[in-house]
Amino acid sequence: MINWPNFVSQCFNGLVLGALLALISSGLTIIYGTLGVLNLAHGAMFMLGGYAGWLAYSYTGSFIVAVIAGSLFVMVVGVVMERVIIRYFYGRPHEDQLLVTFGLGIVFVEAVRFFFGSLSKAVPPPPGLVGITPIGFMFYPTYRLALLGIVAVALLALYIVLYRTRIGMIVRAGIEDSVMVDALGIDVYKVFMLVFGIGAMAAGFAGIVNAPVVSIAPDVGEAILVQTFVVVVIGGVGSFLGAVLGGLIAGEIISITSMFNPGYSYVMLFAAMTLVLVLRPYGLLGTAGRE
Amino acid sequence: MSRHIIAHGVSRRSLLQAGAGLAGGVLLPTFSNSAFAVGMAEKPPIGTWPAGSQGDTVNVAAAVPRTGTYAVQGEDELKGWQLAVEHINNGDPLLKKIAPKVSKGLLGKKVNLLAADSGAKPNDAVQEQQRFITENKIVLMTGSTSSAVAVALNKFAQREKVLYVTGISGSNDTTGKDCVRYGFRQNFYGETAANAIGPVLVKAYGKNKKAAFMTPDYTYGHTVTKSVNDYLSKNGGWTQVTNQVSPLGTQDFSQYITNIANSGADVIINVNWGRDAVLSVQQCKQFGVTPKMQMVIPYQIPFLAKETGPELTANVYAATDFWWTLEDKYPLAKMFVQAFDKKYGYKPEWGANNAYMSFAIWARMVSEAGSFYPPDVIKAYEKGETFPSTVGDVHFRKEDHQLVRPVIIVKGKAPKDMKNKEDYWEVLEVLPGAPLMQKPDAFGCNLGDYT
Repeated sequence: MINWPNFVSQCFNGLVLGALLALISSGLTIIYGTLGVLNLAHGAMFMLGGYAGWLAYSYTGSFIVAVIAGSLFVMVVGVVMERVIIRYFYGRPHEDQLLVTFGLGIVFVEAVRFFFGSLSKAVPPPPGLVGITPIGFMFYPTYRLALLGIVAVALLALYIVLYRTRIGMIVRAGIEDSVMVDALGIDVYKVFMLVFGIGAMAAGFAGIVNAPVVSIAPDVGEAILVQTFVVVVIGGVGSFLGAVLGGLIAGEIISITSMFNPGYSYVMLFAAMTLVLVLRPYGLLGTAGRE
Repeated sequence: MSRHIIAHGVSRRSLLQAGAGLAGGVLLPTFSNSAFAVGMAEKPPIGTWPAGSQGDTVNVAAAVPRTGTYAVQGEDELKGWQLAVEHINNGDPLLKKIAPKVSKGLLGKKVNLLAADSGAKPNDAVQEQQRFITENKIVLMTGSTSSAVAVALNKFAQREKVLYVTGISGSNDTTGKDCVRYGFRQNFYGETAANAIGPVLVKAYGKNKKAAFMTPDYTYGHTVTKSVNDYLSKNGGWTQVTNQVSPLGTQDFSQYITNIANSGADVIINVNWGRDAVLSVQQCKQFGVTPKMQMVIPYQIPFLAKETGPELTANVYAATDFWWTLEDKYPLAKMFVQAFDKKYGYKPEWGANNAYMSFAIWARMVSEAGSFYPPDVIKAYEKGETFPSTVGDVHFRKEDHQLVRPVIIVKGKAPKDMKNKEDYWEVLEVLPGAPLMQKPDAFGCNLGDYT
C-alpha cells in the first residue's frame, strides 16, 4: 500500500537529488560533447568546489561569498588543467584521456586530504534557510527546498549561455563538428578552454551549494561521479537538455524505489540505463552518431 | 590550425595488458631456502615462519582504510598501532604492564609497522596483505574498520597461516561463524553491544516502543541490527517499524529518513558507521526527525561528536569500547591517554585504543610463548590467562578467540555540560563482558587447524 505523504516526500527528495545530478552532469556532458574528453576528474571538481567554498566561508562567514569562491576557484582550476595538461591529450586515444583525468582526480582528492584531513567539514545554510518548512501535510528542510530553486537558476543561466549567446552557438557547433568550426576560422582551442572552464564551474558550483546538505570530505565526489555518468548515458552524450532530463529521471528513480526497498534503488537506476541503451543507444535526447 | 583536432581510435589495450602482466609478476610468491634452516625437526616452516623472524627486525602490517567512508577511523587506528610499536621497541612502562616480558623489542627484535590503504574494501585489504607476506614476510597482520574486511582477512590468515588481529570489527560473525584459529578480536561487538545498551534503553524510554533501524548493508550492520532488535523485542516488547538498509558510502540519506519520518517510530537506532553515521545524524536533524525521535548509537563511532558537533549527539546513548575519561577509573587508561595525547595532541578515541591494545596483547602472547611460531603464539592466547588492560582485567575465550572485556555505556553531553572541548560523552556504566556474551558456539564458530 502506498503511503501518500511518504510518496510526495520521496518525489521531493528525487527532485532535489535530480536537480543536483542535472547540474553536475551538464558540466560533464558539454565537456565530453565538445572536447571528446571524458573527464574522470569531474567528481574531484565537485569536491574542490565544496572545499574552496568552505574555506571562503570560514574566513568571511558569508554563504554567498562561499558560492562565488567555490565556483570561480574550480573554473580557474578547470582552465589551468585544460591549458597545462588536457589540451595535449585531444589528439591522443580515449584510454590516455581517461588515465590522465583519473590520475588528476586522485591528485586533487589526496591534495585536499593532505591539507585538510579526512574529517567532514560542514557549511551551514545561510540564515533564513535554516530549519524545516511545513508544506501541506509534510515538513521539508528549508535549505533543500531553496536548493531546488538555486540549481534551477544555475541551469537556466547555463541554458541561456549555451542557447542564447554567440559563444553558446559556437560551443554547440563545436559539439556537432569541431573540425568544421575550426575550418570556419574560429579559434576552436579557445572555445575548448572556455567549455572546460564552464563545465568545471558547474561541478564546483554544485559542490558548494550541496555542502550544507551533505557535509564535505575528500571522497565526496567519488560516489556522485558514477551517478553523473549514468545521467549522461540516459540523457544523451553532449546534450545539455538530456543531462537535465536524465538527472531528474535518475533522482526520481532512486527516491521512489527506495520508498519500497532502498536496496533496489541503484538496481533500478542501472536497469533504466540499460533499457535506454537498448531502446535508444544514443540517449533520450542525444543525437545518433555523436560520440 | 590544420592539425587533427580530435583523433581517437589507437588502441592501448596491449599496453594495459602488458602492465597487468607485470603487476601480476610482482605478486608471484618468492621462495626462501632459509626457511629450512631452523627448527625443521619438530616444527616445519609454516606461513612466514621462520623466515619472517630470522633477522633483527620483524615486520607487521596494517591494511587500513585511509580513504573512503571509514578514512577518519582508519587513520586513528593507525596512530594506535604506531604508538604500540613505539612502546614495544622502547619497552614503555605502559606496555610492560600488559606484557611484562617485553623489553625493548620483542624477543630481542625490533618491530616494524608497514601500512597500506584498504579503502575498507575486502579485496584490496587481502591483496595488500598478500603483498606484505610475499615481500616483507610479515609475522602479524591487522587492519579492519569494516567487518567485511575482518572476515576476509580472517579467512586469508587461516589460509596463509599468518596471525591476524582485527582492527575495529563489530560483526558477530568475526568470532562467530567466520571465526578462525589464526584470528583474534579484542573489541566489543554486536551481541555484547546489544546486551549492554538494551537494558539502558528500556529503562530510559520504557517498554513497547517503536524503533526505526538504520543499517549499513554488510555483515556488521545486519548482525548488530539483529542483536539489538532481538534484545529489545524480547526484553522490552519493542517493535521494529522499519529497517532502512543503505549501502556503505551513502551520501544522501533523505530517502531513508523520509521513510523513517513516516514510520511512526519513537526511537531511531542508527547502526551506520564512519562518515555514513556523520551524514545520517546530520541529515536526521535537517529533516527534523531528531530530536523529535530519540537517536541511539549501539556501536559507537570514533570522532562522531567531533564531526557532527556536540549539539547533535547530546543525550544520545551509545555503547562503546573506550572513552578517555575512563582514565579516572583505570590507571592503565590514564597512562594510555597521556601517552597518546602527548604524541598526537588530542584525546584518543576507541579505535586508537583498540589498535594499541591489539598489538600490546600480541606482544604479550609472543613474549609469553617465547617464539614467533604461530601455533605457539595461538596457544598462548588460548591459555585464557587474565591480564591487565586499559579497561581492567580481561582474558581471551579459547573457544572463539574473543576477548572477554567490559562494554562501556556513554551518553552524549550537551555543549553547556562539557568541561573541555573533548568532553563529548559521559560514562554511565562499565558493564562486565562475560554476562553480555553468547555461548561460544551459539554463532557457529569452528576455529579450524593450527597447521
